Amino acid sequence: MDLGTWFGYVAELLPGLVNAVKLTGISLGLGLPLALVLALLIDNRLRVVRWITIGFVEIGRGLPLLVLLYIFYQGLPQVNIVPSALASATWAFTWSAAAYATEIIRSSIRSVPRGQTEAGNSLGLNERDRFRYIILPQASRIAIPPLMGLSIIMFQLTSLAYVITYSEVMQAAYFLGTTTFNYLPVFLAAAAVYAGVTIPASALVTTMEKRLSKHL
Amino acid sequence: MFGYIIQGLMWTVMITVASFLLGSIFGIAVAGARVSSSRIVRICARIWVDVIRSVPPLVWLFLVYFGLAELGIRLTSLVAAILTFSVIASAYLGEIYRGGLAAIGRGQIEAAQSLGLGRVDLFVRIVAPQVFRTVSPSMVTYGIGLMKDSALASTIGVVELTFRANQVAQNTGEGLSAFLIVGLIYLAFSVPLGIWARHSDARASQKYQVG
Repeated sequence: MDLGTWFGYVAELLPGLVNAVKLTGISLGLGLPLALVLALLIDNRLRVVRWITIGFVEIGRGLPLLVLLYIFYQGLPQVNIVPSALASATWAFTWSAAAYATEIIRSSIRSVPRGQTEAGNSLGLNERDRFRYIILPQASRIAIPPLMGLSIIMFQLTSLAYVITYSEVMQAAYFLGTTTFNYLPVFLAAAAVYAGVTIPASALVTTMEKRLSKHL
Repeated sequence: MFGYIIQGLMWTVMITVASFLLGSIFGIAVAGARVSSSRIVRICARIWVDVIRSVPPLVWLFLVYFGLAELGIRLTSLVAAILTFSVIASAYLGEIYRGGLAAIGRGQIEAAQSLGLGRVDLFVRIVAPQVFRTVSPSMVTYGIGLMKDSALASTIGVVELTFRANQVAQNTGEGLSAFLIVGLIYLAFSVPLGIWARHSDARASQKYQVG
């Protein structure tokens, strides 16, 4: 087992990495706007709306993502809906990302000091303008670092999509492992691929965190 | 079907509780190393924690189960799962402890030292109780996460909840019923504990709020 072979393994996992990044992008692209809507609905005056929103968020956060994946991929065929691996992964990951992001966005909105709303009030801004021009810009500043953290976690979680045969890194690694029987170097290669994305991304989050909190 | 699936709860709980207990003990060592007076120990601990957290749990699980076997260390799937999740938990819980440690006023430690308390007494009577109080909501939240992570053990063949639901799905085609049952069992644990953690977190921060 030489280093060249090992780098060969890493290279074989890269198409899987592209799919993992794709799945992360799709689930955040759909999940984050959904989360903003949910964060606004969760305090809605109508009890039914509130309950449905809370239910959606609690299921998304309370279920293992693995189970959520299986509900779509293995569960829906029972009622004659047969989604593809990509569709199941998209739905499950979007649900999960939206649920976690809702909590982040909600607490960010809440952490904008009350005086800001009052100041907007005394300037004669209506509720919508207050939210758009005063609360949201400040809340997004607070929300960006934890949302980036969530993105990194979602990227790591794409490894789970291997169980429903979505061709990401672990799917490729498992296949390589079973064909070469070199499980240890192969899974080390997979670990390196994930760490290679996650470590720089985490460093970026830390930098952003420092920069964004400078004026708070 | 329900009877078959519910038997998996024992395995899920076993993995969760064992990993949580082992992780919370090893976590103390991790937190200690993170705040050690030796720079080398601090750096090593930092790297250890960062490496563990930057690789998905599923990859660690496969490394421990399939990778170690290649080196001649053959673990049963249950042992591999508990070992993997304990090590991961020690990194996360260590960071949680460190956060709690930072929240203790330096004056507390100085006061105890000026009273002549030894290192052991300082830790057991002054530091540990205060840290535990501040971090217990975060620990519960992590414990819930651990229960959800334990579902990964199904991929290496531990016959816990998710594994059994998967089997039912493949053998009978009644996947939706099976996974809804399993989903409700997970929610029955995670939702009440989550409510408690948030409630006590809010209470704790209210209690210690200045002004």
